[in-house]
Amino acid sequence: MSPAAPVSGLVDHLFRHEAGRLAAALVRVLGPANLDLAEDVVQETLCHALEVWKMGRVPDNPAAWLRASARNRALDLLRRQRTRTRLLPDVSRLQDELAPAVDAAFTEDALREEQLRMMFACCDARLQPPVQVALVLKLLCGFGVGEVAQAFLASPAAIEKRLARGKAALRRAGALADLADPRLARRLEAVLDALYLLFNEGYHGAHPELAVRADLCAEAIRLARLLAGNAATAQPRTFALLALMCLHAARLPGRLDTRGALVPLEEQDRSAWDRALAAEGAQWLSRAVSEPPTALLLEAAIAAEHCFAPTFAQTDWHAIVSLYDALYTQRPTPVVALNRAIALAQVQGPERGLAELRGLPGRDRLARYPFYPAALGELHLRAGHAREAAEEFRRALRLARSPAERSYFERKLAAAT
Amino acid sequence: MADFLYVFRGGGYQQLSPEQMQKHMQAWGTWIGELSKRGQYKGGDPLEPGGKQVKGKKKTVVDGPFAEAKDLVGGYVLVTAASLDDAAELARGCPILEVDGTVEVRPIRKM
Repeated sequence: MSPAAPVSGLVDHLFRHEAGRLAAALVRVLGPANLDLAEDVVQETLCHALEVWKMGRVPDNPAAWLRASARNRALDLLRRQRTRTRLLPDVSRLQDELAPAVDAAFTEDALREEQLRMMFACCDARLQPPVQVALVLKLLCGFGVGEVAQAFLASPAAIEKRLARGKAALRRAGALADLADPRLARRLEAVLDALYLLFNEGYHGAHPELAVRADLCAEAIRLARLLAGNAATAQPRTFALLALMCLHAARLPGRLDTRGALVPLEEQDRSAWDRALAAEGAQWLSRAVSEPPTALLLEAAIAAEHCFAPTFAQTDWHAIVSLYDALYTQRPTPVVALNRAIALAQVQGPERGLAELRGLPGRDRLARYPFYPAALGELHLRAGHAREAAEEFRRALRLARSPAERSYFERKLAAAT
Repeated sequence: MADFLYVFRGGGYQQLSPEQMQKHMQAWGTWIGELSKRGQYKGGDPLEPGGKQVKGKKKTVVDGPFAEAKDLVGGYVLVTAASLDDAAELARGCPILEVDGTVEVRPIRKM
């Protein structure tokens, strides 16, 4: 009988992250055609660990324990399969050839590489981006169907369907891509787009719960770090995305107040920002420099200006306006123009900003975007036009897409009336 | 104070996500940790699902038990508590209940 059990502490999300690593290794061993079997083995391995560990006996290296357990299950499966398909199997000889092949899939290097191959498989261009992101969450991040559904604010049944479509495509693919294949470079864009989509689901998504959203951002960053750590995918655009995500996520802790309302940049408690993540973002940014600068790089540079400004007032708004100018030439969207106008108002005053906003190119496309009237309201407020400001905040309130946005606009409206 | 045996039955994890499994495990750690802190935990173990049964006068040895998952004993814990009611109250904190399992609380007969 085990004596008094110590309360065991596992690294946060160990099960979830190991689930992703094990699934990738098992798909290498069993082949993408046996994706479901690989997922079953992952689930059995984790269930077994839970049974054995729950009364306090967690091994010193839980990840190694899980990998060894999954490896043994995979080896058993393969041996049984071979025994069935051959008449008189020489079991000892089979063990000799099978075991090293299975072991090779579970080394640190192989686990990293297999996760990358899985990432490319999930982000296949033939799949819709929401299917890609659902697959990434399920297979690489170890999310359950319910958790994927929660991330998208969708029903589990809808997510099941989405995943089934994606997995059918993976199974048909036969073999996962080779990381050394030069054609992979072209597919990197799709992977980066999917990770950015995942990140934005966390950062801008409508989910009311901050913990869910921070998780999604953290997962996108974790996977992007894997890309940055492999020679085949360590490219300036990977670094630029990683920089951008780190610099945004660093400010996530100050972005919502305790009641879940959006806090505008000028009111955020900058001491709550994650300095380590900001520093990491700056590191990636320094490696992301490319000529000409990509839109992602410019966005990351803007995020860095905000992240490292000591206060809102001391922000280098001139630099931000020039960065937006450059960004607009690459990505001439009304949202970029809107953000540029807001920065310009910091430099040249609210009236100038209002003039820019009123003449904003493509403003008809912002008809359902609550931050357009909110920006107008803000500048009216600063210019002393309380009545116009209130009108704009009411308009923003009608367009609010989440409780966080709603409570923020309500507060602004109260300030204007 | 008297000794009690908790016998755990049922409670499946197949439907849990990896994150839920980890939370469930932490809940076990917390529950057993609380019992230990109060000096009421005397030990316990999970059991492997299969085994052998030795039956009757003929002493036949057979494989098993092959009970349904919900009836299968999955582990045990030994505690000390003031009374049977007290022991049952403590068992209400057991995480196995969250996954539809049961805790049988049995007083241990004194010599």
